[in-house]
Amino acid sequence: MTRRSLLKAGVAGGALLLLARTFHAPAAVAARPDTGVGMLDSDARTVLAAIIPVVLDGALPSGTAAAQAGDEALAGAARAIAGLPPAARRELDQLFALLAFAPTRALVAGVWSPWPEASRESIAAFLVRWRDSRFALLRSAYDALRQIILGAWYGNERAWPAIGYAGPPPLALD
Amino acid sequence: MAALGRQPGLPDPFRDGSASGWRIIDASALAEDMTIEADVVIVGTGAGGGTAAEILTQAGLTVAMIEEGALVTSANFHMREADAYPQLYQESAARKTKDKAINILQGRCVGGSTTVNWTSSFRTPPATLEHWAREYGLTGFSTGDLAPWFERMEQRLSIAPWAMAPNENNAALSRGAQALGIRAATISRNVKSCWNLGYCGMGCPTNAKQSMLVTTIPAALARGATLVTRARAWQLEHSSARVSSLVCVGLDSRGTDPTPRRIRVRARTFIAAGGAIGTPALLLRSKLPDPHGVVGKRTFLHPTVLSGARMAERVDGFSGAPQSIYSDHFLDSVPFDGPIGYKLEAPPIHPVLSATTLPGFGQIHAAWMRELPYVQVVIALMRDGFHESSPGGKVELRSDGTPVLDYPLNDYFWDGARRALATMAEIQFAAGARSVIPGRPAAQGYASWREAREAISALELGPQTAIVVSAHVMGGCAIGADPRRAAIDESGRYREMDNLYVFDGSVFPTSIGANPQLSVYAIVAKLATSLAQKLGRA
Repeated sequence: MTRRSLLKAGVAGGALLLLARTFHAPAAVAARPDTGVGMLDSDARTVLAAIIPVVLDGALPSGTAAAQAGDEALAGAARAIAGLPPAARRELDQLFALLAFAPTRALVAGVWSPWPEASRESIAAFLVRWRDSRFALLRSAYDALRQIILGAWYGNERAWPAIGYAGPPPLALD
Repeated sequence: MAALGRQPGLPDPFRDGSASGWRIIDASALAEDMTIEADVVIVGTGAGGGTAAEILTQAGLTVAMIEEGALVTSANFHMREADAYPQLYQESAARKTKDKAINILQGRCVGGSTTVNWTSSFRTPPATLEHWAREYGLTGFSTGDLAPWFERMEQRLSIAPWAMAPNENNAALSRGAQALGIRAATISRNVKSCWNLGYCGMGCPTNAKQSMLVTTIPAALARGATLVTRARAWQLEHSSARVSSLVCVGLDSRGTDPTPRRIRVRARTFIAAGGAIGTPALLLRSKLPDPHGVVGKRTFLHPTVLSGARMAERVDGFSGAPQSIYSDHFLDSVPFDGPIGYKLEAPPIHPVLSATTLPGFGQIHAAWMRELPYVQVVIALMRDGFHESSPGGKVELRSDGTPVLDYPLNDYFWDGARRALATMAEIQFAAGARSVIPGRPAAQGYASWREAREAISALELGPQTAIVVSAHVMGGCAIGADPRRAAIDESGRYREMDNLYVFDGSVFPTSIGANPQLSVYAIVAKLATSLAQKLGRA
């Protein structure tokens, strides 16, 4: 998701991405912390925290366990992103910057409220719009978001009882 | 050592070997730059590099092996996707083609993809070898020429038809195919005393899988080879048709980011075996002469589409040997100059792999995940590279020097994908599926073969409108008689350099039309044996 490819794709928000990059540069991270959501910059954290409950609707436990499960999914997503090579992380940084910057969030993603206040319906509608977009770039961005979140949750053993997966078999010699 | 003691009864060649003084260097832990000297340096420790390392050390040559990934061994294979994918795969198992339309599963660890593959072992199909001889003038690689090399590697790696019953995920493929009069057969696997657990893709915890990690690499180390891990082969330094040294960049402990450490390897002979993305990338970064501009072109993937089925009974596709049944009906029944053919197989069905592949999000996705034990999946691997409409992809370098594969999917592919989605649905209904869902981002399941057939014939297909994956990267440095089409001569040598060889799946002029590991083993065994004889005489 380079700036050039975004413009090449003819997305109206291309020029706005320039704006987003100019006025909304993510804070430089001097060192990469090793664990937890601290590995994410604030753009990524804000966007993912809002999208996770929608992507994992029906998968996360309900009630009081929901918040903690969501946090674990966020931490899992942070680990997944940290495990990617620099080129992929840069592309995701740009995607999260685009989604976090209010004008591009509204015009490219169609989400008009700030992420923490956005309704589940508006977030789901944004995901469907990108999934079905005529721009391959937006379709691939949708796929990246859902893969990171779904992979993070279903890699967590807390997700397994609900899907009938007992986990790895014990080795008899343990 | 507590960390290595999880399975005290199971042998771990590295736990025992390291103690006996094997030379293994973790470049992520280097405090300063270093220089290594060897007769031969091998870049990559997968099917090609591992096979070459054993043969060359047997010939008495000193060998240095350079591996971008980490050394992880059976004692630390915990059968957990969340650990295994970042640790053992390129780009955390999320490597994508340039337009993100294809997800590539490729190993990046000691043993390369052989450490994480699903053990399927096929001899190169005779039709493929005949095509190479006819279209590429390749001599010395006929079915007869390669037979002794197949036999040798089958013996070395305990390759034999799977003798246990297939798991239900594979049995359903067999049953459905049989009901429709489509021939399906048993896959040969490179395993010894296999526990039939089903976790081959996360590293074999019992060392049953005869990957390079437990066979050729320990053999090479026992003969004094040096193994450098978390070192990315960056550039070959060369002048007047000779390579003089290889410069490697150290990677951090996560294996993602370069460190300032440099490892220089001086050698008489250089072997590139970093796989069909890594090898062309190394040659391109090194700015080697390439007068016909063929390096990194014609890269093939067996682009693969999937079909999920909801069965009436439990399938438990996460359990048991992941691949044991295949059908070549849709390869054997189509000519190379016709529409693209495909091989049918079944994949393992683990939570992360399934979650990221099953369609949609939210309630629809969660509903499919709750059915996971009842989900059966068939995959269709397209045989690419045999038709003028199937030119494959091209390895390019990003601004940071890392490679990306540009592989556009065209109408020739999508025609095959559509036929394959229909074939798989028909087989799944014949096997007893209650509903079938083609692998697409938008969730739409079908309750009958009739409904599926009509819907699939009308699907709009294009990048990211169907899920396309690959576990086989091939080509990009073709071997052949014609310098205008093949950068590699029939001895495996890079034509423009006297002492550089390519010994991996990059040398295939087309895709294989079958899981490629045994093709790499046999062809590299042949090439490396000739090289060992040549270097021994020098």
